[in-house]
Amino acid sequence: MDLKLDHHTKDGNEVVDVEGEIDVYTAPRLRELLIELVNKGHFRLIVNMEKVEFLDSTGLGVLVGGLKRVRAHDGSLDLVCTQERILKIFRITGLTKVFGIHDTVDQAIEVRKAEK
Amino acid sequence: MATVELSFTALPAHVRTARLVATAVARRSGVEESMLDEVRLAVGEACSRAVEAHRLHCPAEPVRIELSDRDGRFEVVVTDAVPGGVDDSAAPVAVSQASSVSSTGALAGGLTAREAGATDRAGTDVSSPPAPGGQPAGDAARDGTATPMTTATPMTTTGGVVNGSLPVGIGLAVIAGLADDVQISATADSVSIRMSWPLPDLT
Repeated sequence: MDLKLDHHTKDGNEVVDVEGEIDVYTAPRLRELLIELVNKGHFRLIVNMEKVEFLDSTGLGVLVGGLKRVRAHDGSLDLVCTQERILKIFRITGLTKVFGIHDTVDQAIEVRKAEK
Repeated sequence: MATVELSFTALPAHVRTARLVATAVARRSGVEESMLDEVRLAVGEACSRAVEAHRLHCPAEPVRIELSDRDGRFEVVVTDAVPGGVDDSAAPVAVSQASSVSSTGALAGGLTAREAGATDRAGTDVSSPPAPGGQPAGDAARDGTATPMTTATPMTTTGGVVNGSLPVGIGLAVIAGLADDVQISATADSVSIRMSWPLPDLT
């Protein structure tokens, strides 16, 4: 399987664990999952990208789409990513300014809590 | 002749195949390890773009990729079979998006106008009069001239395109940010994206 998706609740947030490659072929599955989670009432999402091996603009589009969806419900979508090779595409497109990108899931949760 | 040539059915599933092959050939050609991720990403973007264009216009046609060592550089050319002057955009919105990708000439403008239709359509080919950027693109297309891409400007987001929430042309912007030399050529029959990376001097 090119892309493995899993999710669990932690401290009021829904953490989505992504493993593998997010590209034009696999991105639709991530998109569907994010839509499903929002439809189920999860508006505070944390996408853990630490096991993502590849991310292209299609993947970025899916993440931006997810962000827009949760924001429509006053929610948040944060990313966990320390891999430089994945961060690179966020930098090139200027999306580092759009997403909260954290070193760990716990940090993402703490930062959001502090904002409340 | 290219070191390696690959033709693949225009399906999203095969974009990864093209990435793997291109990265393997790049590594063998001597591209530095630190640049291989850039090659992988840029080739992926170009192939995804071509696959999407084929999906709209000619699903049965394969996408072609050529990988070569040339003049101290590793070069990748991704060619699709969709005419360069074709404008898929239905709305003026798409045309104004074209100018948000920094590029020289109306050629690239006509190109990004075509992108506008490519991100998400139900598969219907919208034939509409060429956008203002389209006319010069047609002329340039007849010459088959290439317009080098300059660095991309920051993007502004568009309204809700279902598939991509990112602006049109984002794939090209990513490519421009990754390869230090990118040229896009549009002819009457096809568009090719040529990108290259330096090879270390071993003399």
